[in-house]
Amino acid sequence: MLTVTGLTKRFGGFTALNDVSFEVGEGEILGLIGPNGSGKTTAFNCISGALAPTAGSIRFLGKELAGVTPDVVCHRGLARTFQIPRPFRKLSILENVAVAAHYGTDRAGSEASARVRATKILEMVGLPADPAAPTTLLGAGGLKKLELARALATGPRLLLADESLGGLDPAEMATAADMLRRVRGELGVTIVWVEHIMATLTRVVDRVVVLDHGEKIAEGRPLDVAADPRVIEAYLGEPIVLT
Amino acid sequence: MIDPIFLAEAAVNGILLGGVLALLALGLNLIFGVLDIVWIAYVDLVMLSMYLVYFLVMVYGWPIWLGALAGVGLGVVLGVLVHVLIITPILDSPPINQLLATGGLLFFIQSFATFLWTTDHRSVRLTLPIIEVGGMFLSFARLVAFGLAILAMVGLYLFLTRTYIGTAIRAVSQDRGAMALMGADPQRVYIVTSAVGGAMAGVAAALLSIQYSVHPHFGAAFGPITFMICVLGGLGNMVGAFIAAFIMSEIISVGGVLWSTEMGYVIAFALFIVMMFARPGGILARRQ
Repeated sequence: MLTVTGLTKRFGGFTALNDVSFEVGEGEILGLIGPNGSGKTTAFNCISGALAPTAGSIRFLGKELAGVTPDVVCHRGLARTFQIPRPFRKLSILENVAVAAHYGTDRAGSEASARVRATKILEMVGLPADPAAPTTLLGAGGLKKLELARALATGPRLLLADESLGGLDPAEMATAADMLRRVRGELGVTIVWVEHIMATLTRVVDRVVVLDHGEKIAEGRPLDVAADPRVIEAYLGEPIVLT
Repeated sequence: MIDPIFLAEAAVNGILLGGVLALLALGLNLIFGVLDIVWIAYVDLVMLSMYLVYFLVMVYGWPIWLGALAGVGLGVVLGVLVHVLIITPILDSPPINQLLATGGLLFFIQSFATFLWTTDHRSVRLTLPIIEVGGMFLSFARLVAFGLAILAMVGLYLFLTRTYIGTAIRAVSQDRGAMALMGADPQRVYIVTSAVGGAMAGVAAALLSIQYSVHPHFGAAFGPITFMICVLGGLGNMVGAFIAAFIMSEIISVGGVLWSTEMGYVIAFALFIVMMFARPGGILARRQ
């Protein structure tokens, strides 16, 4: 479904991504992991159209994505969430999701249908769908849910989830991991999940790709990758505890 | 001692003037909120629409309501043209370049208007009555302008809160990048914003043309006060601009009766400078 080939991104003399290639299959949950500054978010920004890659190709559903503007990327069925949630704070929770539902998918559709879909998605992620509920009601966990709801409202086939669990407590983390599983199960959305917390991630993902200093150093099933000496070294020698 | 009735009359006139000023400030603020660009030439676009109303009504004999509608239409066209021809090429330039570009447009419009229509003051002459209410004499034209300005602002409010494109405009004014990720084409949002901002200029033009005569330097008369209101209310803050418009218009109107019209402006500008030190983020900004 998504094929990244030789993706390279330089900022001046700094190479953030060097010749990274990986594939995501339909219906898969792929984990993209790596230490801080390994290029995970840069890879996300290139795929979602926020950054233009220096070299390489990104093909999504058979079409080239590199250099396509973000609104077109969205219409082709690719959505993303941000590491730090970026809700429209002055809009209500429902408005945030409804405007995404309206512009992300059937713009010709009736005004009401976007609201109906937004309400369904809010119920699914567990947020109030009351038209007046302001975003100021939400804490860190709620904002992450809103971020996810907004991305899902655009009707994606592939969701890029950027460190969706950062800043959550263990109970919230487990709920959120379960949520991503439901997103795939109930909405049939393929997921690429960037995450720091390996233990949580390995319970949900089918496969992981490990980046370090902008290069892919490992790829495979979570248990195999966690045992890879290069991966252990990249994580500063800390043994990776899997539960 | 000034007769209290004159003061009351001045206060009411201040409110009436505030309506039209608020309309101008909201149009300018809407564009700034979304594009982060101040259209320095905004009131000069108003002036162009006023000329159209004047010529259509006084020279070609159109009824005033039809001339006014044409003025609004011209406002929309001008708003879109300014965005496409001037703003789009410099959207990613430093703010100072954008300021200079729209400032350049101001001088272009002023000079061209002087060339075409000379510096004559031209007014739409309507025989509108003066109404006496409890000893106060109020101009019917001002009352109508105030009512229609409030209607236009209610319309703007409904547009921004009840439609998807309006919601997208509010969303883009908070986060330009995120709305594109939701599938909205930013260029389309910008053009609609500019068209609506232009429409506000057109409505203001129609309402001003029944109260004031138009001349090539009309922008110089109403431009500075409009910017002051926007800054005083907090650039991009619609509610702040609405309130600031009435504060400024009251000072000008009441100050004008107590001393002189010029003194009213002096006090208004002095207050503005003081407020810039006291509350640089606008009257509604939370203190840091």
